[in-house]
Formats: sequence, structure tokens, C-alpha cells
Amino acid sequence: MPAQPFQQDPSVPPSCVVEVTGVPEKVASTEPVQSVRTPIRMEYTYTPGRALSDYLVAMKDKKIIAERCPETGQVFVPPRGVSPVAGVVTAGKVELPATGYVESFNITRVPIATRPDLEPPYCSAWILLDGASISFMGLVINCEPESVKLGTRVRAVWKPDDELEMAATNILGWEPTGEPDVEIPDIERIGQKGDLE
Amino acid sequence: MSKERTAVVGVGQTKYASTRGDVSMAGLLREAAYRALEMAGMTWDDIDAVVMGKAPDFFEGVMMPEIYLAEALGCVGKPIMRVHTAGSVGGSTANVAASMVQSRVHETVLTIAWEKQSESNAMWALSLPQPFTTSVNAGAGGYFSPIMRRYMAMSNAPELIGCMVAFKDRQHALANPYAHLHQHDLTFDQVVESPMLWDPIRYSETCPSSDGACAMILTDEARGDAHDGPVAWIKGTAMRSESNSYGGRNMVSPAASEECANDVFAQAGIHDRRKEIDAVEMYVPFSWYEPMWLESLGFAEKGEGWRMVEDGSTAREGGDLPVNCSGGVLSSNAIGASGMIRFAEAALQVMGQAGDRQVDGCRTALGHAYGGGAQYFAMWIVASDK
Repeated sequence: MPAQPFQQDPSVPPSCVVEVTGVPEKVASTEPVQSVRTPIRMEYTYTPGRALSDYLVAMKDKKIIAERCPETGQVFVPPRGVSPVAGVVTAGKVELPATGYVESFNITRVPIATRPDLEPPYCSAWILLDGASISFMGLVINCEPESVKLGTRVRAVWKPDDELEMAATNILGWEPTGEPDVEIPDIERIGQKGDLE
Repeated sequence: MSKERTAVVGVGQTKYASTRGDVSMAGLLREAAYRALEMAGMTWDDIDAVVMGKAPDFFEGVMMPEIYLAEALGCVGKPIMRVHTAGSVGGSTANVAASMVQSRVHETVLTIAWEKQSESNAMWALSLPQPFTTSVNAGAGGYFSPIMRRYMAMSNAPELIGCMVAFKDRQHALANPYAHLHQHDLTFDQVVESPMLWDPIRYSETCPSSDGACAMILTDEARGDAHDGPVAWIKGTAMRSESNSYGGRNMVSPAASEECANDVFAQAGIHDRRKEIDAVEMYVPFSWYEPMWLESLGFAEKGEGWRMVEDGSTAREGGDLPVNCSGGVLSSNAIGASGMIRFAEAALQVMGQAGDRQVDGCRTALGHAYGGGAQYFAMWIVASDK
């Protein structure tokens, strides 16, 4: 340890950056620019690949397609074509029912700039579909957000038939079915054992 | 072949603030880099390579900023590498820099990480609509709050534990001149009464958005020994990641987190984690992550981490395992830098250079960072003894 501890003061710039740099005299009288807004937009073509393509195509018919890992038996939705646990290709297609339960949730009480369609408070939840090994996110709708619990049974609410696309957004949200709540025995690893059927 | 022993000999930080309108991104980095050089008593001539860390480019909308920053920093011609592991990046960047010295590829490395959040909108930059999956719909807080709700349900923790963490970290920040938030008049009741943003996360349990940079100088054993100034010796570095979505993933205590911790503690030869670690700088952007990580890192039994919060064990004053004496991410969140700040603050503690936030007699400290959907992890342990 040195005799004199080194102390940095955040209000004192490092010596090499203290020199004040000015603007050229001919523009010295103009208003200084501290920031500019430059909106940027990127558009790109997305190729979903085999597994996700099947999933998205089925969405047009209000069907939810998952895939099973041949080694662990786990059922992945949306399917990515690969099992992240076993590192092997998933292949066995599984059609899942559009029902499940709320694994956990949050109630958002702050408006979101990019989602003017969502009026707070609203419930965003992880939905574990019946027969699936992992949950995915969705909105719980057609109920008071405060009435949602861990284990609330829900079913999909689809867009009107004439608006269906090949997109996950066909599911507008999930509404409570009114069935009794699911008892969650191992909350640390909710329902995700993969020992299905 | 054994690893080269590696020392931290310089730490430089900027004042963290919601808007650093007085400097450009390059100016921000220069502040941190030159403060680190000043503390190390070095110039660019002493630096062999630079390792930069940055969260996603579209947080500021500048693609591959490391390329122009080399010139702005004054290190043109030196080998530069960029690291990107989401929110954990500051920690991973320091670990990559350490590996360059440990492997004897370079003798002295400057590592730096930053974010200038005021130049874009990081909160929503990652909440992009995608056709193949439903959006998180609620930003980062909306993503993490269900995990915290799950932790609360499995641990039966009292409801106000999160508020206790937030209040403690904001109190700690008052002793840190670099911290973004200095809420001198904040009361515990105000934390409790602050609005729910992402129920169960309150406004005051949430990190701010900050501009800021953090830099460190790492060097080899001979230069560390010869250094005329405080030194932190790196005793272990570890990184792990896991897929965000797989069956059986434990989101409260991810397997990658536990394995990363086991690795870093084993490297440092630590058996009784709670007893042998004197200070922890932990990545806690939302209050409930403190008890969750205390368990995941093995400082507490599963379901018991909240008790350490409740009984004051994690406070700088009177706690046996002070956590986030700097004020933590809850008081300064320049995302890309946040992990490196944890690592740097751990180093400052064992150097005895943490000023008013110094933990008395701190000899061994843990720096911790996580990122993504709590799927990327980086940790290091530093000590005052070689």
C-alpha cells in the first residue's frame, strides 16, 4: 500500500483532457449544438427456417405447433429446430392445445412508448401450454390484472378469422378459463420437467 | 503451463449521470481511460492492447463504435478487441483482458466499457416486434419481474425485502462520488410508496439510465510487483452462458450462474464463501436480484437469501458481507459499463482505494455481472495478496 492513497475526484477531469477546445471564431456566435436527433430505421428480410416456418404456417389455421427433443422428450414452443439441452435436432411435431396456465406474470403500470395499443395496467405473463416444456410470453386479457395468479388457467384469444396471418401475433392474448388454479409443486422449476405424456 | 499472475494497477471511472451532454461518446471514454492511466502512473506507451466492451450497438445507434474510438482514445495501431455479452459485457470484457495477460499474449492491457444511454432509448431498443414470437411487451422490468414474483412465491420472503435492498444501495451511493443517484433525503417509506412500474417492482427498486464509462489497467506479475501504488491481484475469472429457453431452466438461479460461481470460487481457493469474501459487487438492476443472487452465488441457502437483506448482513455499516458499497447498478446504470464497474469497485476495495465507501480490512472481493435474460454470467475474485 502506498503512503498516500490515490484519490480520484470525479469533478476534476484527467490532466490530459482538461485543455479547453473552442470553436472557430467565425461560428463562435452561433448557438452551440449539444445533440441532434437522427431517427434510424432498419428493414430486413427474415427467413424463419424449417421449424419456425411450420409453426408460423400453422398459426394461420389457429394451430400451435411444437417440436419434441428425441433425447429428453422436452417439447419446445415456438420450435427452433434444435434442443438447447441435448444439442440435437428436434423433429417430432406436436400440436399443442391453445390452453395452459400462468407460470408467472407482471403487471405493467407504466405506458410504453412503442406500444400505444397497450393501456396500463396490463398483465404480461409467461404461459405454459398444456404439454409444453417451456413457457412463452403473452398478455393475459379479458380480466382484471390483479385477479391473475400463479397457476391461473388460460386459453388463447385469436384474431378474427379474416385477419389471421402467418404470425404469432394471431394470438391477441390469453383469457382465464375459470377452471381451478393449477397447483404448482416445484415453483423453482415450474412444470418444465419434460416427462410428458 | 501455469497462468501469468495478473494485477489491476489502474481504475478510472466517469461521473455517472442521466445525460453527459458536455462530452461526446469519445470524450466520455477518454475521461475513464485517462483516469485509469493516471492512477496506474502510465501512458499509452505502456499499453500493449485494448479490450473494449459494449452492449448492443443500437443502444446508441452507432455501429461498431470501437473502430472510431481507437483514434479518439489515442491508441491507433494497438491491437483492439471488442467484447459483447449483453448486460454482463463489462465483466466479460475485463475477463477477456485478464486472459490476454494470463496467457502472456500481452503484458499490459487497458480495458474499457461504456454506455451513453442519453443518446438513444435503451429501454425499448430491445423490445422489437417480431413476427415469430410475442413481444415481452414491457421492457426489461417486465421481463424480470415475473422471475422475482416466482422467487417471492418460493421463498415466502416478506414483501418489502426489495425495498430494503433499494434503500440500502441508495444509502451506499451517497458515499460514492461517481454514483448517478445521490438521493440524500430519500426515506424508506418513500421507496415503499413509490409507484409500481412493473408490479412487483416499484419505481425506486429500479435502476436509472446512465451515461458513463469505466476503465482498468491490467498487467503481469513483474509489473504488478514493481508497481509503486495499490494493486489488486486477480485470483479467479469465470464466464458461463446458457440458452434463454429450455425445458427445466431455473430462472431464479440459472445453472450457468451456479457453475460460474463454483468455478471462480474454486480458482480462488475459497471454501467458505460468506466468511472468506469481504465485499461483493453484484449486478442488481432490480432490487430483488440481491437475495436471488446471494442464493445463486452460494452465500445463502436456497430460499434464505432474503434473511441476509433483512438482518442487515449486506449493509456496509455492520454487515458481514457488504454488497454494493458503491451503490450498485441500482444507483448507476451505464449498461455496457455496469459489469466493469462491479469488477473495478471490487478491485478498489482490495486496493484500499474505495474512499468513503471502503469496507474496513477488505482483502478479498467478488465482482459479478449478468446479462441477457439472466443467461450470461461473468465473475472475478480479486485480493490484496498475491
